[in-house]
Amino acid sequence: MIPIDLIQKTAETLMDKAAIEIPQDYLDGLKAAAETEDGDLSAFVLQAMLENYEAAKQDRRAMCGDTGVPRWYVKLGNETQIEGGPIALEAALRRATANATNGVPLRPNRVHPLWRTDNDNNVGIGAPEIEYGYEPGGEWIDLITVHKGGLFGTDYRMLFPSDGIEGIKRFYLDSLMAFGKRGLACQPAIIGIGLGGSKDTCMVLGKRASVLRVVGSRNSDPKIAELEDELKELGNSIGMGAMGFVGKNMVIDCNIEVGYCHTGGMQMSVHAFCLSSRRAVARIYPDGRVEHRTDPDWFTDYQRRDTVEWDAAMEAAQ
Amino acid sequence: MKPRQLSLSTTPSAEDLEELRLGDIVYLDGLLYTAREGVYMRALQDKANIPLELPSKSATNFHCSPAARINPDGTFEMGAVTATASFRFAKWLPEWMAKTGAKLIIGKGGMTSKDYKEYFVPNGAIYLSTVGYGTGALLGRGIKNVEAVHWHEELGLAQAMWVINCNKMGPFIVASDKHGDCLFERENAKIAENIDSVYEGTKPAVLKRYGETDDRSDELIG
Repeated sequence: MIPIDLIQKTAETLMDKAAIEIPQDYLDGLKAAAETEDGDLSAFVLQAMLENYEAAKQDRRAMCGDTGVPRWYVKLGNETQIEGGPIALEAALRRATANATNGVPLRPNRVHPLWRTDNDNNVGIGAPEIEYGYEPGGEWIDLITVHKGGLFGTDYRMLFPSDGIEGIKRFYLDSLMAFGKRGLACQPAIIGIGLGGSKDTCMVLGKRASVLRVVGSRNSDPKIAELEDELKELGNSIGMGAMGFVGKNMVIDCNIEVGYCHTGGMQMSVHAFCLSSRRAVARIYPDGRVEHRTDPDWFTDYQRRDTVEWDAAMEAAQ
Repeated sequence: MKPRQLSLSTTPSAEDLEELRLGDIVYLDGLLYTAREGVYMRALQDKANIPLELPSKSATNFHCSPAARINPDGTFEMGAVTATASFRFAKWLPEWMAKTGAKLIIGKGGMTSKDYKEYFVPNGAIYLSTVGYGTGALLGRGIKNVEAVHWHEELGLAQAMWVINCNKMGPFIVASDKHGDCLFERENAKIAENIDSVYEGTKPAVLKRYGETDDRSDELIG
């Protein structure tokens, strides 16, 4: 049984870490980009960003004034038990979100879409989002918080099989161009692409590809991994860099996730996880151990399974 | 070539502003205030009295919501500040400038050269862009103190009018000049030269969408 107060306390720590500490994988990616950047203004911008991450950590202040829209991804082992059950879990995550908004402080970004009322704590109808995943075995809970920017860099389009890879590239470039100009997407970013599913799941896949996979990771399907490399290079060949200035770094990495879709369609979504790629992860065990990390490790073989039964797939692999 | 770096007052003289060139890096001293859609609507549409003497106290309008809180004792905690995209506020800015004498508009992404020529240049105003985007912690270090927050009860903390005393706050990039030229349009024009070769081999979607542009040199914000 995992104690609920430990969940809330850990969640508050994660909110703080996500807002303040740039994940190491993104930092390494940006440093590599900064070394290759030869556009005067783009290079200045990347250098300022590197200094900004240091300032945030030293001062324990949010790295960006727009602290995004906090959300939670929760993963549970098949044997996990939580004190108070799922209702208590959701209450603890809402409390942690509100407390950290006031504590860090974060910007209270969440308002009613029509009345624009602000509870000043990033909690409201449907906010923060809490999404779930499950893994075979295990008694732990993974808490993942992501504070993604909420306005620019994301688009969806219904493509069709006849659009092919050329159509995918076209929509990808269009999305980078549209949101890259004037730096609206706050690039260089981790670009996540969702392919397939239905419209809603396509958006979910693309978003998760951008926020739940680390820089340098590759899809387990080697051909998709190749496409990830190709699209990263294509994005960086536009000639556009940080803030939309002339430069060669637009994409820190490109991650693709797929889901089976309608036989006549090829849904596509594009998401940009910005210069403040805020994510933080912790695994809590029933004995009270808490392990912090920055890799959500969301897309396991189980999450990408394509068979009816999981056991059969495991046996086939062995 | 490294960009030139300058200090500037938040109540700058006309001569100070004439000096600025596209791509210069600027650090600010003095009072600035945040104002975005909430403040514009309240001041211009609802005709509420602006609770700050403008432009004598400040001629600098930051399109920003800070990551901040008001403590129970009435003091403030402000960690990071970052701009929000300015193009959405173009409909209010001419009237706002006329009313407040704002000389520096700070935000994200700039406006169009048409905006600059129509009402920035006649008002002697310049647009500064934040850097990154998202040097929120560096800008936060430039906060000497928070002087006041207005209209937070009516508009919420994010849309409220925060008055900030700056000490070498920056970096900001000069994104418009006295002629009304636009830094981002200059960069976009350079990038556009290469676009055909990047798109080579791709093809338009078989199902079109209404009401959009297929010209990649288009500014989408206008």
